[in-house]
Amino acid sequence: MSSYEASQVGSGSIAVAVRNVTKIFQNGDTPTYALRDVSFEARCGELTMIVGPSGCGKTTLLSVICGTLAIDSGSIEVFGKNLGAMSSSEVTGFRSKNVGFIFQQFNLIPTLTVVENVSIPLILQGWNYRKAEEKSAAILKDVGLGERIRSFPKQLSGGQQQRVAISRALVHDPKLIICDEPTASLDAKTGHHALELLKRSACAPDRCVIVVTHDSRIFSFADWIAEMEDGRVVKSCSASEYHHA
Amino acid sequence: MLRIALLMLFRDRAKYVMLIVGLTFCSLLMTQQSSVFCGLMLWTSATVRNIGAKVWVFDAKVEQVNEVIPLREIEVTRVRGIPGVEWAVPLYVGIEQARLSDGSFQNIQLVGLDTATFVGRPMEITKGRIEDLRMPDAVIIDQVGVDKFRKKGITIDIGTTFEINDKTARVVALCHANRSFLGQPYIYTTYDRALQFAKPQRKMMSCVLVEPKPGVSSKELAESISAIPGLRAFERDDLFWSTVWWYIKNTGIPISFGTVVLMGVIVGIAIAGQTFYLFILDNLRYLAALKAMGARMPILAAMVFLQSFSVGFVGFGLGVGLTSIFGYKVLKIEQPPFFMPWQVPAFVAVIIILICCFSAAIGLRQIAKLEPAVVFK
Repeated sequence: MSSYEASQVGSGSIAVAVRNVTKIFQNGDTPTYALRDVSFEARCGELTMIVGPSGCGKTTLLSVICGTLAIDSGSIEVFGKNLGAMSSSEVTGFRSKNVGFIFQQFNLIPTLTVVENVSIPLILQGWNYRKAEEKSAAILKDVGLGERIRSFPKQLSGGQQQRVAISRALVHDPKLIICDEPTASLDAKTGHHALELLKRSACAPDRCVIVVTHDSRIFSFADWIAEMEDGRVVKSCSASEYHHA
Repeated sequence: MLRIALLMLFRDRAKYVMLIVGLTFCSLLMTQQSSVFCGLMLWTSATVRNIGAKVWVFDAKVEQVNEVIPLREIEVTRVRGIPGVEWAVPLYVGIEQARLSDGSFQNIQLVGLDTATFVGRPMEITKGRIEDLRMPDAVIIDQVGVDKFRKKGITIDIGTTFEINDKTARVVALCHANRSFLGQPYIYTTYDRALQFAKPQRKMMSCVLVEPKPGVSSKELAESISAIPGLRAFERDDLFWSTVWWYIKNTGIPISFGTVVLMGVIVGIAIAGQTFYLFILDNLRYLAALKAMGARMPILAAMVFLQSFSVGFVGFGLGVGLTSIFGYKVLKIEQPPFFMPWQVPAFVAVIIILICCFSAAIGLRQIAKLEPAVVFK
């Protein structure tokens, strides 16, 4: 197993373990605590939502989980790999192989076609361009965009772009899917459809999906909810407990 | 990812075209001006190339072929006495004035060849025979002269007469010769007749043309001859470069052309650098997304350099191509001067590579500073 490969895991096992993580942003001489001694877990086979008001540290937590942001103290394990013990290059390699991203603004490259955009994670892993496109076209067909693979992102609606983003996140079969405000750029109905699609296609026994959102309309899709406030996880419970509380 | 990089570049039509236009213009300006400069430098040494002797002997103070200090004819005999000399003949070269049949004047470059051997004869006789130069008043005129006289309404052909310093000259042949720096036509005659055409001076001979004996190098022979007090001998290539360097050092030509070439570099850096920087800035979000998705810095650097070099390559190709078309057209009419040795495109390629590196570097600086986490903001 290469250092980039995550450990084999099954449904219910811990996929992401964040322990006592602190992240400070230095604003001139003033330190700003984005995360204060945060501990958090996400499990395989579940869709975990990190919720809370704007500025509470949700996105920072997401960034440190996927290794795009270094932490100041604590530890983060993703599928048994301690990100803090890895070099920057190893973290990048690990991310490339094991993490799928769905960004708030989709971040689809406007000069590439839909299928080319979806192929990027595979090409980054060294796939042959043609084979990567074949696999991407297949996954796009699964999400109902089989007829639009040669379209450019700007020719698609917001919902369709989100479906492309979901396809791009899933195309290389990552173990961890990271979604940042997936419904922020969509209307309620389209957002609902996007979450349905995400839940249907992304959730698998050996995969963990973490969604950051402040859109309470989609909380019902979560299996587990961690609520944040002022850089701390103040509540972490199953979705049903959260709704009852 | 390199294919992705190219697709990103090619499909951003506006910036791609802008980059190509900028680099093409830059490349065209540098190649064209450098080639015209080289052509002009070739013109300065036209006499060396037209006469073609291996060793040239001048007065000791002469630095280049167009700056002649007359010698005494006895110097030919002194040169012939140097070991290693196969033969040595006198040559007259001077600017004289020709009066045409309609009374107008034309400055000419008169070349007086050794009557017996015609050493230094025109490379290509296009009409007539070189031997006819031995006939009375005979001269051979080059194509530049034919064209210049034609512009004045006079058709030059075999048998046409005109005057050189009030003495009748009769055309017995037409030839092709390299154009001189000042554009005067080359008119060839025998050495003795050239002295009759030229205004009389105490010393009349311009230089001595020398052929080394087999096995003797021109350079060594030139050094031996230069040891004679009052004489300076040049090997042909040395005379060529000495002439070129004299014009580079003593005229404003290099500064003038250098300024235009520098402008080309500045235009290239300004347009290509700025446009490429904007292209990177426009794509920063997506590059950050690629970074988040696992694209390492060497991959992103390769993408950026490929994008930069691909526009550089196309711009360079178009610039050199357009210059070649320009050269092809102007060489037919022989104006302006044009000569594109391989060093010119090589020099321009190096400049374009530097511009591309600069453009890519300023873009890469932005990418290197980029935290992949910004994609979540």
